[in-house]
Amino acid sequence: MATAPELEARTLDDFRAEARAWLAENFPPSLKGKDNAMSAIEGPHAPSEDEARWQKAMGEKGWGVPTWPKQYGGGGLSRAEARVLQEEMARIGAWNPIGGMGVMMFGPTLLEYGSEAQKLEHIPAIAKGEVRWCQGYSEPGAGSDLASLQTFAEDMGDHYIVNGQKTWTSGGQWADKCFALVRTDKTKKHEGISFLLIDMKSPGVEVRPIRMISGQSPFCETFFTNVRVPKENLVGVPGQGWTIGKRLLQHERSSLSGGGSNAGRMFAGKPLSQLAKEYRGANDNGQVADQDLRMRLVRHEMDQRAFMLTLRRAALEAKSNQGPSAASSIMKNVGARLTQDRAELAIEIMGMAGLGWEGEGFSEAELAQTRTWLWGKAVSIYGGSTEIQNNVIAKRILGMLDHQ
Amino acid sequence: MAVLSEEQTMLRDMVREWADNESPVTAFRKMRNAGPAEGFDRDAWGKLAEMGLAGIVIPEEFGGSDFGYLSLGLVLEQLGRNLAASPLAASAAAASAIVLGGSNAAKAQYLPQIASGALVATLAVDEGPVHDPAGIATTVTGGRLTGSKAFVAEGDSAGLFVVAATDGLYLVADGEGVTRRSRQMADSRSHADVMFDQAPAEKLDVAAQAIIDRATAAVCAEMLGLATQAFETTNDYLKTRVQFGQPLASFQALQHRMAKLFTEIELMRSAVEGALEAIDSGRSDVDQAVSLAKAIASDTAKLASREMIQLHGGIGMTDEHDAGFYIKRSAVLEAMWGNAAYHRERFARLNGY
Repeated sequence: MATAPELEARTLDDFRAEARAWLAENFPPSLKGKDNAMSAIEGPHAPSEDEARWQKAMGEKGWGVPTWPKQYGGGGLSRAEARVLQEEMARIGAWNPIGGMGVMMFGPTLLEYGSEAQKLEHIPAIAKGEVRWCQGYSEPGAGSDLASLQTFAEDMGDHYIVNGQKTWTSGGQWADKCFALVRTDKTKKHEGISFLLIDMKSPGVEVRPIRMISGQSPFCETFFTNVRVPKENLVGVPGQGWTIGKRLLQHERSSLSGGGSNAGRMFAGKPLSQLAKEYRGANDNGQVADQDLRMRLVRHEMDQRAFMLTLRRAALEAKSNQGPSAASSIMKNVGARLTQDRAELAIEIMGMAGLGWEGEGFSEAELAQTRTWLWGKAVSIYGGSTEIQNNVIAKRILGMLDHQ
Repeated sequence: MAVLSEEQTMLRDMVREWADNESPVTAFRKMRNAGPAEGFDRDAWGKLAEMGLAGIVIPEEFGGSDFGYLSLGLVLEQLGRNLAASPLAASAAAASAIVLGGSNAAKAQYLPQIASGALVATLAVDEGPVHDPAGIATTVTGGRLTGSKAFVAEGDSAGLFVVAATDGLYLVADGEGVTRRSRQMADSRSHADVMFDQAPAEKLDVAAQAIIDRATAAVCAEMLGLATQAFETTNDYLKTRVQFGQPLASFQALQHRMAKLFTEIELMRSAVEGALEAIDSGRSDVDQAVSLAKAIASDTAKLASREMIQLHGGIGMTDEHDAGFYIKRSAVLEAMWGNAAYHRERFARLNGY
């Protein structure tokens, strides 16, 4: 009689074979390794025939959101199966064409808090990559202190009228819908917030891209002027918005903690030591000639190694503890620090060549590096700033409570 | 914390309990005040040996338990939290030299005695105040070793030395040709200069650097315990000390300072455990893993021990408080087997910088 682990191993083997076969038949080889990780910042482009075909196939299979329930268009896979799928995709250079905020944060949250009708209306479209979502959280007056938000949804019986302004709306200019935190009660701070789904094409919604220091405009200001939103678009109950919104942020934070993920994109993955020798020379021993720079490069690499070891340790601990370990609380800050240090080292190495804005006299890699360096300054600010993370570590992990 | 087997969890908890009940920092203070030459309490060492800890990296056929370096590290970390003085780290590294490079006769003669705690062994490499394995002048001619070693850990009590000579490691027993001169160091532990004059020596067939790396990893484990406890003691203090009508822990500047220190200690833990695991799994990049661990451990234990004083304010400066013990032991360990700069340079060379 096979044991439970043996049965599971046998079924996983079957699934692996199934996944491999399906991928071989459906993943266009021309797309191998062509994942566009920067699309979140640069914006969507018209898909090629192969890209459209691949998205349709993954969408119909539900494997763009492999562990989501089948009845809402997900793949219905177990975590183990999802891992196998990921391995098989990596094996042939395949990538997931279904992404965005709907997948990363909103979908999982709606699956937990949404009504059946809402799940049936929204999840399948997310699973197919047919709808783009944006996040309506931050306001000019509500950044780290998000709960002080003021965008107001007035209860008009069978609908709300929404007035206010959101900022840092990622991809707002390309979004179809917005999941927003709005105020429904002005007398209570946290309990006066509700979670409302707003159609970005509604009359009264205006979007203005914000130009960042990196020259890109991945974020927008979003203005709501007397926007009519049906009551059916309220997720949960009025006043539950803070709870739901926080849960969504947990999903956001776990997807942002890749840490140093830009590393490979800098200079096509060239190690900084090599970059340093090219731009600034090597001594007779083959070392980076500038000894001060050399040691700072070494410090950076050692920092990076310790971080990778911590990622591994935190993952193992989470698995064994059935929940996040203390080590995971440091991830965003350390990841941000590494990303920024790396970019600073790269432009330092390149001197003036690393500070070009555009045009002649600079290689594409050099120009990209300047933008990457500037964009990287946001990493320690968005998704819970480094200072907010330190507050959380101090209070929740170290038990250092504020003055009562 | 690395994911531990049930055995390892039990080991760690057993040592933690012993250290907290039988060897809190007050025990170290008592030993410091009494000032025994050997720099540790014989009875306490006997207890650790009874628990089988002296044989953790020694094979079972010689009376050990062969749990490996991660397990040794768990023990050293728990002892390190309380600054518990013992020759465990030194003996373990020396034992490894015999396990990996000793003759069958040497193994049979010495390993059981080390495993039982009866014999203290230690590694003697450096000949001056700065770690420099390349600058050794000790030589062996006709099976007899001559040279001077400085700042040898547990040099006062060691009955057996693993000595680095120009052509490799040698086993030298206390006795003929061996004299020693104690050094009174700030950490109140045993460090002695050991002089060898035509002392009978037996060659070991293992690279000196492999054993130095093991000794280094062991020291990193003690530093991990030291830094962790320095941090926790400080955190507890900040929560209880009230000034300006509120606990110090409620001031955001201190909350952030502690969050940053916590972050560095978590990274240190990953690097130290990584080195211990690399040794156990026989990875080819043990050298890099160890240098990564020692550099980070040196910087972080330094930060934690200095912050311990500063965040305790005036009382942290008194001998009556434990903070002084942590900074003194930390500084010695920061220098031992190569400081942070040494290991950054080593890591650089190993990685083509």
